[in-house]
Amino acid sequence: MNMLEIDNLHVTVQGKEILKGITLSIPAGEVHAVMGPNGSGKSTLSYTLAGREGYEVTGGHIYYKGEDLVPLSPDARAAKGVFLALQYPVEIPGVVTLTFLKTALNAQRRARGEPELDAMRTLRLVREKATALKINEDMLRRPLNAGFSGGEKKRMEILQMALFEPTLAILDETDSGLDIDALKLVAEGVNALRSPSRAMLVITHYQRLLSYIVPDRVHVLAGGRIVKSGGADLALELEKSGYEGVEAA
Amino acid sequence: MAAVRETTERVADLAGEKYKYGFVTDIEMVRAERGLNDDTVRFISAKKGEPEWMLQWRLEAFQRWQEMTEPNWARVHYPKIDYQNIYYYAAPKSQGAAPKNLEDVDPKLLETYKKLGIPLSEQKMLAGVAVDAVFDSVSVATTFKAKLTEAGVIFCPISEAIRDYPDLVKKYLGTVVPVTDNFFATLNSAVFSDGTFVYVPKGVRCPMELSTYFRINASDTGQFERTLIIADEGSYVSYLEGCTAPKRDENQLHAAVVELVALGGAEIKYSTVQNWYPGDEEGKGGIYNFVTKRGDCRGRGSKISWTQVETGSAITWKYPSCILRGDDSVGEFYSIAITNNYQQADTGTKMIHLGRNTRSRIISKGISAGRAQNTYRGLVSVHPSAENARNHTQCDSLLIGGNCGAHTVPYIEARNQSAKIEHEATTSKISDDQLFYCLQRGIPQEEAVALIVNGFCRDVLQQLPMEFAVEAQKLVGISLEGSVG
Repeated sequence: MNMLEIDNLHVTVQGKEILKGITLSIPAGEVHAVMGPNGSGKSTLSYTLAGREGYEVTGGHIYYKGEDLVPLSPDARAAKGVFLALQYPVEIPGVVTLTFLKTALNAQRRARGEPELDAMRTLRLVREKATALKINEDMLRRPLNAGFSGGEKKRMEILQMALFEPTLAILDETDSGLDIDALKLVAEGVNALRSPSRAMLVITHYQRLLSYIVPDRVHVLAGGRIVKSGGADLALELEKSGYEGVEAA
Repeated sequence: MAAVRETTERVADLAGEKYKYGFVTDIEMVRAERGLNDDTVRFISAKKGEPEWMLQWRLEAFQRWQEMTEPNWARVHYPKIDYQNIYYYAAPKSQGAAPKNLEDVDPKLLETYKKLGIPLSEQKMLAGVAVDAVFDSVSVATTFKAKLTEAGVIFCPISEAIRDYPDLVKKYLGTVVPVTDNFFATLNSAVFSDGTFVYVPKGVRCPMELSTYFRINASDTGQFERTLIIADEGSYVSYLEGCTAPKRDENQLHAAVVELVALGGAEIKYSTVQNWYPGDEEGKGGIYNFVTKRGDCRGRGSKISWTQVETGSAITWKYPSCILRGDDSVGEFYSIAITNNYQQADTGTKMIHLGRNTRSRIISKGISAGRAQNTYRGLVSVHPSAENARNHTQCDSLLIGGNCGAHTVPYIEARNQSAKIEHEATTSKISDDQLFYCLQRGIPQEEAVALIVNGFCRDVLQQLPMEFAVEAQKLVGISLEGSVG
């Protein structure tokens, strides 16, 4: 079954059409990459999937596990297992990371009708996931993302992904602003989460990330449309020829 | 900004409904005649069984009050108050003149406090917290008195203290907030009905948290509480007050006076969780909270710390202050003021440095939503005698939506060259990015706003006694659902 099915999706932002008919399916267990130049609509796609206000679907459909996603609020989507790792994770001053994680985890559990986890069980769960990402106790006790380095912020995104165990994970330019060591660490975290029951959409400008997170399919987004799709090699091809060649094709 | 606007609107829709304390207790009351004159003052004094000196003190205050005019410098607007159209005394008939033992308290009153989450029977209470429950103009019960007496701590209604400890009351009453201090304080001095008296003897660390729970119930009635706390040399006490009132279309006046005296080496920690009815989403009804609170660090090395969480009231006019008289004394003011809909708050502090090496610290967090106006007004005054005085002030404002206002009005007077005064101020908004981030992680909108604002207030919430910090955090959340975004 397709975890995500996007059918002829049109999206308008502030009165301007950005996505002009995107069709894309990701089966459970696969990782797809969407690549494209600046302004091609990559971030619009990720925000639209997450349901951000201001991203208006003017045509087409988004189905997630066969269900129409469009009418659902962002928090309802999250509770159903849609996760978006942001390109620029937001700082929330004064809100201790652990508190944030517990609040989010329990809000999702509540929405699904599952019992909430107490502080001790949450802490144990978070610690277990944090170790692999080299996130220490000190970071968990600091306000969320406040004063975190670029790498720390991205690791925190992956920690949340590990914690919430989404079935559809969208990673929006997770590689941006990372040095090679941080990139490897993040990629390892993502690879550890690859699973037959999970679909991932990795959005990136550069091929670099895809050397570490090897996708099943690569799609090229340009001018609000998918202009080319292929296997993992397509990314390498792009690295050589640049986007211009593809757009012309 | 669309998401924020929507939040604010949704929050506004819920306002009023979310005020859980808006019920009225149906109970037979004894009242003074409507209006205010010499006879009203005599009536209140007689009801309390006061000695002649107290009556004279009140009458003098009333005399002075008649010559005074209401202050108008605060950034708050309200129709003129008709002082002759208020009841100045209202008490449950069943209470008689003096508070009784818990077994004798009218079950309706016990039920009321239970509904407010303040069970008065000692076995059911929060361990380690003694409560004085003030209902309109009288104290209806004071718990854990025996245990406190063992430690030598006096904790009783002020009306009782006037009768039983006249020397202590005479020595300290009106010495921090003089009778003629300001219009509302003078009015209070004339007609105050009840409040709490605390005396902690030398070297005693008060064995439990003390608290007073103020409830306004009767309509058209003002509440004029008077609290006096004395910490003798080397003693320590932590005190907390909470306040609620029924939902009514009328505005009700609450004009309290609180005086704190800390002698050498003593420390008083005074916390307030103010949740008076704020009025509805149209700005109708709500309490006028015109309060004078001041602490006197009278002795060397003494410390007074004010922490306030102000979420209620239609109008708040309140400046808990410290007179740093003793050398090496310390004053602190930590404040969270949340205003939503048409609420107005003009609040802050005064730190008066008189002694050498005196230090003060101010952290103020103002949150405005709806059409509310929130002003921080603070004075740091360093007198010539205050060698090496230090102050640090931090004022942060958070705006939710585009129709509210935040104002910061700091006054700084340094008359000693050695003074070091620092003032920092910030104004911010809850951003769409922050909201979306929380939503994306599954946190619903209202909970997200509550979380972000609690983070904004963290420095101040941490100052509250443990027993109340969680409650206050929830209250911030509820106010965010119901009185703030």
